[in-house]
Amino acid sequence: MTWRHQSNRWRRFDDWDNRPLRLDLFSKDDPSNGFTAWHGENDPTPSLTIKNRLVTAMDSVSVDRFDMIDTFIARYHIDVDIAEEAMAMSSDEIARMLVDINVPREQLTRLAHGMTPAKLADVVARLSAVELTFAYAKMRPREMPGNQGHVTNAKDDPLQLAADAAVAVALGFDEIETTMRVSRNSWSNALACCVGAAVGRAGVLFQCSSEEAEELEIGMKGFTSYAETVSVYGTEGAFIDGDDTPWSKAWLTSAYASRGIKMRCTSGAAAELLMGFHEAKSLLYLEARCLCMQRGMGAQGTQNGGIDGAPLASTIPGGVRELLAENLLAVWLDLECASGNDARHSESEIRVGAKITPYLLAGSDLICSGFGTILKYDNSFNPSSFNGEELEDFLVLQRDFEADGGLRSVEESSMLALRQRAVDALEAVFDAMGLAVPTSTMKQSVVVASGSNETETFSVGDVGRISSAIQQKGITILDVIKVLHQRGFRDEAENLLFLLRLKLSGDFLQTSALIRDQKVLSAVNRPNQYLGPGTGYRVSAERLSELSQIRGELDKDAVITGQAVYAASEAKKISYRDLGDYIPSSEPKEVVVAISPAFGTRLFQTLAGHSLADVLRCLGEGIEAEGMAMRVIRCWHSADTSFLGLTAARLSGSGIGIGIQAKGTAVIHKRGRLPHNNLELFSNAPITSREHYQRLGANAAIYARGDWPEPVIVTNQGEALGARFHARVALIYAIETAMLVADRHPQQVAITFLESSNV
Amino acid sequence: MSNNRKSYPLSENHADELRASNGFHLDDLTIENILNDKVTMADIQIAPETLSHQAEIAGAAKRYPLADNFWRAAEMTSLPNELIMEIYEMLRPGRALDRSSLDACAERLRNDFGAEKLALFLEEAAEIYTRHGVFSKRF
Repeated sequence: MTWRHQSNRWRRFDDWDNRPLRLDLFSKDDPSNGFTAWHGENDPTPSLTIKNRLVTAMDSVSVDRFDMIDTFIARYHIDVDIAEEAMAMSSDEIARMLVDINVPREQLTRLAHGMTPAKLADVVARLSAVELTFAYAKMRPREMPGNQGHVTNAKDDPLQLAADAAVAVALGFDEIETTMRVSRNSWSNALACCVGAAVGRAGVLFQCSSEEAEELEIGMKGFTSYAETVSVYGTEGAFIDGDDTPWSKAWLTSAYASRGIKMRCTSGAAAELLMGFHEAKSLLYLEARCLCMQRGMGAQGTQNGGIDGAPLASTIPGGVRELLAENLLAVWLDLECASGNDARHSESEIRVGAKITPYLLAGSDLICSGFGTILKYDNSFNPSSFNGEELEDFLVLQRDFEADGGLRSVEESSMLALRQRAVDALEAVFDAMGLAVPTSTMKQSVVVASGSNETETFSVGDVGRISSAIQQKGITILDVIKVLHQRGFRDEAENLLFLLRLKLSGDFLQTSALIRDQKVLSAVNRPNQYLGPGTGYRVSAERLSELSQIRGELDKDAVITGQAVYAASEAKKISYRDLGDYIPSSEPKEVVVAISPAFGTRLFQTLAGHSLADVLRCLGEGIEAEGMAMRVIRCWHSADTSFLGLTAARLSGSGIGIGIQAKGTAVIHKRGRLPHNNLELFSNAPITSREHYQRLGANAAIYARGDWPEPVIVTNQGEALGARFHARVALIYAIETAMLVADRHPQQVAITFLESSNV
Repeated sequence: MSNNRKSYPLSENHADELRASNGFHLDDLTIENILNDKVTMADIQIAPETLSHQAEIAGAAKRYPLADNFWRAAEMTSLPNELIMEIYEMLRPGRALDRSSLDACAERLRNDFGAEKLALFLEEAAEIYTRHGVFSKRF
C-alpha cells in the first residue's frame, strides 16, 4: 500500500464536504431554546372559554394573564359565534376536512375564524408535506396563481432600476418590490421603479420597502400601489423591539386602505428566534399567533413562510415542512398569501428546487414574495431562492410540470429596446424635474448590463442628492405622468394613469387582488373554487403554449440546417462512390466498416462534432496500423448500430466488422454472435474522441488477427448525456430511419480522402 | 350603488359613479386634465363612500375584520397625511408617556372629523397600553 491510499476516513466524506450543501448549517431540535418547528416547551394546549360573548381564557391562559397579543387576538380575531362549534371539533377531523375535495373552502375558512392559534397549529401539524401541499392548493384564496419580484441593485442606480423593472414586467410579475442599500435613497428608488414598471403593460403593482412611516409617505405621493412590510411578531418582546404594537400596526393597515393602497402584513417562522424573544415556543405556534393578529387587524393578506427567518427555520428538523404549514394557516384563515420562497434558505440548488416545487404545483397567490429578478449580488434584500441567474430554471420548471408560476419567457431580440425605453423615460423625468442628467455612456452601460458590476452610472452620493430632491420638491405621481406624456412617453403615462384611476375604486384593496389585462382579479370575483379534478384553476391552452416556450428549442429543421452547414466542408474532405451490391469476400486481412444510410449523405458530423470524414480516416488508420485493410459498405436495411456491426462482420472476410452511425455511435462485432452481444460498444458518441475511433479501428484489426486486445473504455465525468443529447439523437436517428430501404442489399462504397493529412 | 358582491369590481360595474373624496369625478381624471394642471393629489384621494362600499363587499364575503378595517379607513380619508403619521408615531411603543395624549387625539378625531370608530380604537389602545406598560420610555 502506498502513501496515496492512506486515510483515516472514507474519502467520500471529503467529496460531501466539498458540496455547496455543506455550507448550510443544521441545528438540533431544542424545544427549550426555541429551536423547534412543532413542539415548543411552552406551547399551550388549545382551549377557549367564552362568557357573555367575551373571551375569558384562551390557549390555557386566563384573561387576567393575557399579553397584548392575546388581547388583540381575543378581541379582533376570535369569532364568538363560531368558536364553540369550531373548538369542539377534533383536530384530526378538521385536518381531514382540509384535504377532502368534498368539503368546500368556505366551510373551512368559517371554522378557522372560530379557532385559537394553538388549535389552528394543532390541526395543520397533523398534515404531511404532501397533504399540506394539497390543502394549500385547495385553500388559497384566488383562482389563478401570481408572482412577485424584487427589483434592486447594489448601487441604488435609478437607471438600472427603471430598466430592470421593465424587464420584470415583461417576465410577467404581477407585483414588483424595491428596497435600498442606503435608506435615504428611497425616493429615488420609488420614482425609478414606478417609471420602469409602466413600460410595456399597465397594472403591475409596485412597492418600495422602507421604514414604516416613510413607506406610507411615499405611497401618499402616489408612486407606490401596495405595501408589504407591515411586520408582525408572535411574542410581545419581539413586537416591542420591532418598534410597534398590534394597535399601531392596525392603524397603519387602515392608513394604507384610506389612501387606496393595497397592503399585506409580513410575518414568518423564526423571526422571534432571531430577535431573542421566542419564549420557548415553536415556530408554528408563534406564526399562528401572528396570522390571527393579521386577520384581526383587517389586513387582506400576508407575506409569510419564513421570509427573513426562512434560512434559520430551515436549519431545524422539519423546518421546511413548517414553512408550508404556516402558509397553509394563512390561506385557511382566508388571507392572501405571498408565500415566501424569497430569502434563499440554502446554498444547495437541490434544496432550493425542492422547496419551490410544492408551491409551483399547488399554485399560490404570489408564489414568491420576492423572486430576485436581478442578479444575486444586486438583490438588496439578500439573495432569493431564485434570482436573475436562475430565472430560466424556474421557467423550465413551469414547462416541465405545466404548472403556472406566473412567469413567461422574454424575447432576446426585444430586451435591449425595452431597457432603452425605460432608461429614456426616466431620463425624461429627471431632466424635466431638474433632478439629474445621465450621460449617453451611463445609459448605454445600463441598457446592456446584466448587473451593476458592469455599469458606469450615478455615484451613491448622486443618488442621495436625487432622492432628497424628489422629496424636497414634493414631486408626485401627477408630475411624473405629465412629464412622461409631454416627452412622448404616452403609453407609460397612460399606464400610470390607469393605476391612479383604479385607486379611486378601491378594488385592489380586496383579498388577493392583482391586475391582469387591465382587470382586477381577486378572491371576490375570481375565488378559488377547487373541488377536485376538473375544477379550480386549469392552465388554458393559450397559457400552456406560453409556458412551453423556452429559449433554444430544438426541432428537425434545426438539426438538418445545422448539419447542412458542414456539407460543403465535408465535400472537400471525402468522396463516397457507390459500387453496387457488396459481394462477401474471403480476404482474412480485412475489417469491414458498415456506415448508416445518412452517413455522409445527409448528416456530416458526429454528436461530438467530429467530421465524419475524419472519423472514417481514424478508423482506417487504426485498422491499417495493425496490418489489416478497411473496406466500407453502406447499409440500407438498418441504421441500428448492432445490426450495422453484425452485417459488416458477416460480410467481412475476417469475420470482424465495425458498425457506425452518422451520430458517431459505433460497435465492433463478430460473425456468429447475437446482434446485441458485440465485442466492444462505443455508445457515448458525444464524448468519443478521434483517438478513440483510431483505437477502435486498431482493436477491430487485432480481433481480426485472432488476438484479444485491451478493450477501449470511453470514460465520462458523469455528464447527463441524455439531457444534453437525446433530443438531438432522436431527431438525427429519425433522419436515418426515414432513409431505410428494407430489401436493399448493402452497397460497396469507395472512399477517397481528398485532403492529405490533418487528422 | 348596490351593496352586494355583484357590484364588484366597482371599476367595471360602477365606474360612472366613482368620485374622489372631494367629489372629483373619475371621468375627469384624464391625461388632458393632468397636462393642464387641473388635477391635484386631493382629486385622487379615494372617497369614504367607496371604502364603505368595499367594506360591504368584504362583509358579504364574510371577511368581517377586513370590512372593519375598510370602515376605519373610510373615516381616515378625511384625516390629513400629517395627522395620520402623528397618531401612528404616538401609537408606537414608548412615544406617548401616558394615556392622556391618546385620549386627547381620540377626542379630536371624534369632534373635528366625526371619526367615532377611530376614536374608540385609540381609547382602546390607551387602555391596553396602560395595562401592559407600553407607555414606558424606551430611549
